[in-house]
Amino acid sequence: MNTIKKAFSSLLQYPSAIAGLIVVLVLIIASIYVVITIPYSTAISLWRGGEEVWYKNPKYAPPAWFNNFTEKKLAESFSMTSADPDVVREVIPGDKGTSRINLTYTFDYDFDVFPQEMLLYFNSTFESKQPFVSIVLITPDQREIRVSDFGVANKVTYRFSQDEKLIRRLGGVSPVEGLFANLDAEGPLVPVKGTYQLVLKGVTFEEGSDIDAEFVFHGQVYGLAGTDHARRDLTLPLMWGIPVALAFGLIASLGTSVLTMIIAAIGAWYGGWVDELIQRITEVNLVLPFLPILIMVGTFYSRSIWVILGATILLSIFTASIKSYRAIFLQTRESTYIEAARAYGASDARIIFLYLIPRMIPLLIPGLVSSVPAFVFLEASLAVLGLGDPVLPTWGKIINDAQNNGALYKGYYYWILEPAVLLMVTGLGFAMLGFALDRIFNPRLRGM
Amino acid sequence: MTAETITSEVITEQKKRDVLISIKNLHVWFELRRWGFGHAGYVRAVDNVTFDVQRGEAIAVVGESGCGKSSLMKTILALYRPTKGEILFDGKDISKMSAAEMRWYRGQVGYVQQDPYGALPPFMTVERILEEPLIVGGVKDKAEREARVYKVMEEVKMSPVSDFLKKFPHMLSGGQQQRVVIARAMIMEPRFLVADEPVSMLDASVRVEILKLLRGLQEQHDLSVMYITHDLSTVSYFSERIFVMYAGKLVEKSGVHDILHNASHPYTNALLAGTSDPDANNALSYKEVPPGEPPSLVNPPPGCRFHPRCSRMIPGLCEIEEPPEFEIEPRHQTSCWLYK
Amino acid sequence: MADKMLLRIEDLLLHFRAGAGVVQAVDGVNLELNYHRAVVILGESGCGKTSLAKAILRMLPRNVHAYSGKVFVEGKDTMALDDEEFRQNVRWVAMSLVPQAAMNSLNPVLKVGEQVAEPAIIHLGVSKQEALEMGRKMFQHVGISVDFLDRYPFELSGGMRQRVAIAMALITSPNLVVLDEPTSALDVLTQANIFNVLKRIKKDLGVSFILITHDIATSSELADDVAVMYAGQIVETGDAMRFFTEPLHPYSKKLMASVPRLRQTSELEFITGQPPSLINPPTGCRFAARCVSRFEKCDQEPPVFQRQGRTVKCWLYEHENGS
Repeated sequence: MNTIKKAFSSLLQYPSAIAGLIVVLVLIIASIYVVITIPYSTAISLWRGGEEVWYKNPKYAPPAWFNNFTEKKLAESFSMTSADPDVVREVIPGDKGTSRINLTYTFDYDFDVFPQEMLLYFNSTFESKQPFVSIVLITPDQREIRVSDFGVANKVTYRFSQDEKLIRRLGGVSPVEGLFANLDAEGPLVPVKGTYQLVLKGVTFEEGSDIDAEFVFHGQVYGLAGTDHARRDLTLPLMWGIPVALAFGLIASLGTSVLTMIIAAIGAWYGGWVDELIQRITEVNLVLPFLPILIMVGTFYSRSIWVILGATILLSIFTASIKSYRAIFLQTRESTYIEAARAYGASDARIIFLYLIPRMIPLLIPGLVSSVPAFVFLEASLAVLGLGDPVLPTWGKIINDAQNNGALYKGYYYWILEPAVLLMVTGLGFAMLGFALDRIFNPRLRGM
Repeated sequence: MTAETITSEVITEQKKRDVLISIKNLHVWFELRRWGFGHAGYVRAVDNVTFDVQRGEAIAVVGESGCGKSSLMKTILALYRPTKGEILFDGKDISKMSAAEMRWYRGQVGYVQQDPYGALPPFMTVERILEEPLIVGGVKDKAEREARVYKVMEEVKMSPVSDFLKKFPHMLSGGQQQRVVIARAMIMEPRFLVADEPVSMLDASVRVEILKLLRGLQEQHDLSVMYITHDLSTVSYFSERIFVMYAGKLVEKSGVHDILHNASHPYTNALLAGTSDPDANNALSYKEVPPGEPPSLVNPPPGCRFHPRCSRMIPGLCEIEEPPEFEIEPRHQTSCWLYK
Repeated sequence: MADKMLLRIEDLLLHFRAGAGVVQAVDGVNLELNYHRAVVILGESGCGKTSLAKAILRMLPRNVHAYSGKVFVEGKDTMALDDEEFRQNVRWVAMSLVPQAAMNSLNPVLKVGEQVAEPAIIHLGVSKQEALEMGRKMFQHVGISVDFLDRYPFELSGGMRQRVAIAMALITSPNLVVLDEPTSALDVLTQANIFNVLKRIKKDLGVSFILITHDIATSSELADDVAVMYAGQIVETGDAMRFFTEPLHPYSKKLMASVPRLRQTSELEFITGQPPSLINPPTGCRFAARCVSRFEKCDQEPPVFQRQGRTVKCWLYEHENGS
């Protein structure tokens, strides 16, 4: 315990180690938070996605903070239901069971670029007579633009941009532009800034009949992380990518290091054919190409992250590190404390696990931490190559999607940069921590 | 057969004979292999060594590095297998012991090593280090183990005990480390202690403390001790009999007084002459040192192994025929043709 | 006269930074050594004797905290020289070092003859041919057959390799050689052999030695003078003849009483307790806590008292000041 305390306090003498430690801690806390707040099944179904899950989001929208760096402000996305305080719902009962239902959606438009799309999702209840609704937009300069009017079926989606009548009425201009611009002004169309009111005037014709609608406004930017081609909020895979990357990196690194160490210790202790066998396996494995084998596993067998993890660990055990561990074990084997243990009759297993391996723990820890990034990158690379786990949202998957949709070509840099930065920060954090640990645990590097 | 019945048998046998451990014509040869296979000769580390150690007796094996004294010791500790000959402990051949008997034997023999720091696992606390032999030896009761750790720590004068139990070896001074090594050797209450240069790595002022501690333990527990050293100046403080080893063979066996004052073998005399007392007059003269170096144990010289370096070599005899053991006095044997 | 001295060290100080604080490894050491003499610096492990050797030869590790004092070699203050001047004019030219475990630090892939010649090429600027010839002569001085010049270190025994290390220190004909534990890992006969070699070199080549060791018995083989070091300080100096028969400082007395002698069976003594940490050494006499003759005054740091040509840093000798 004392040595751990000591190691920790000397760790704090390296600024890079503190930085690395903070990064790693933040990542760990974030993964715990993510796994608790977005349970696995929710994450999976959200990621599988579809229009019914993500209808509120625009496509290919950069994150909202993108506006901080551009002169022309892009429209932000939002959605409003009648429960929102900015929505006023009036119900005026009339004769013979009829009633008038007015819904007023008030919103500010302070952007320099037109939105992607506006939608109204109607939800009405009736027995036989459809309610009727007419839609009006009141602009900041108090113009009233008639948008549309129609009878509302049970569930109806009204898309502003696809209303041919409206387009004609606006003189051939797309409604998302025409509704917000002053069509009489000269030059290119510019949005008029200010407070808009979207008013739905509904009439129901039956007792108990009702109209409600959700107003969805697809801006040009969305949320903290933006969206992808399938309208999915990228915060989901970015956040869920943390636990997946950490779990893959740590399990692979831990599994590899510990198994390598145990196998190296067994080989060094028993010597003879056991050692020979381990050495030959290692040499064969060293010439086998690592990534192509994983690609083959992914292509022909399974792309499940657990299968890939297992294959990664198996292929990483018998590498050059088994040789260097073996060299150190061969030295440790001759130490006199092990001779003493043999003299009082300690069994082979006891010597390997209680005498040989603990000696190597100081060397194991920095190596373990430093090799985490390599495995995190490996998982991401496989995902980029299209061999990622089919159901899990991960960083590599984001890059893979971005690549398939020509993100860089079309200028959706955020789509690639966000996961890439997270990958780099993770790698850097573990690497800085690992190097500092190496200095602490490896006396030869001390004082440098 | 359980350990208890073995012990009781042994005790009755003990009363009849006084010899605790008996080494008979012991050969420890290591096969040399060329390119990993194919025979390329033997390293004759121990070549036909015979001696007895009586109960409560301290003997010293003196020789230079590479003379085979370590191999002899490790064979007695059952770390190496004898090539030929036998080691009898209480009349039982250790190479024919069953697993249970072997476990008992390992508890009967304690091992004190040369380099106290290397001899202690750096990642274990003192308490853990001392518990290990008990766990291995089958003491399952935690309370009993703790009691025995306390007792042995008191015996090696590491008190107050609780100050040391939770410490790691690197927190202790060299002398304290060596006490822990001795405590570990003593914890199974052995009857035979093998001490491999127990003080050579220690500072002069600590050295005496440790020698006295070992001597005290030996007297208190009626231990038999095999003290292995290259330094003749400490043997008289510690042992009753001395065996001088050269190139895998014991060349002289004698009581400590005889060796120091009446050594017979030319090699013993060379060792004595080479050992310095602190005396300013030493600087005024050169030491007499036999020329050359100890021979390779793969191809030892024929005849007497010391003959190429010996100033009193008898031509036509020493280089041809190996000298047998001559008894020049009672309990003083020498393997040198000069005493034919 | 100071200028007649081969080596005069005044107030030499070498402190290191360590995790727990400043290690006062060498703390105000004064020492003199004349031509053709050998001084033994006796001390137990951790007393700072190896650091003293490094301080004299200015072979400093990176974590030096303080390094000051004066080191006069043949009347010249070497501390005034910058590193490059020191390297060119002092190290290996005026004095050289046989480091601890030198026999294990030879380059395993270089023939020993070339290794011995190396310092001559670097420090004297002679051609390789000349340097090899000098190495050949040096091999004869240290008693190695010249056939061994073409061998690699692993082909030689420990004693032979130690001689090679000594030859390396001697090839540039310095007047002073510092030997740090030259025989500690060697067998009795090999030790005796090495000391024979050192004695012969001292006689034939007129080299002076500083022998740093913890082994009191073998140190007497070479000693003309003795200096005893304890906790970073020299506590006693004097000629070997009187030191080995009648040491002055209580520490030296105890130390001498702990040395086993071959044919003497008198009771050996040991010093209870442990030397103080060099990170926070006690004020006053550093040996006081373990000393049997301690009295009130020992709380203050004792000055160095002269006593018939010997010096001792102990309050017991305050009133016996001889000339």
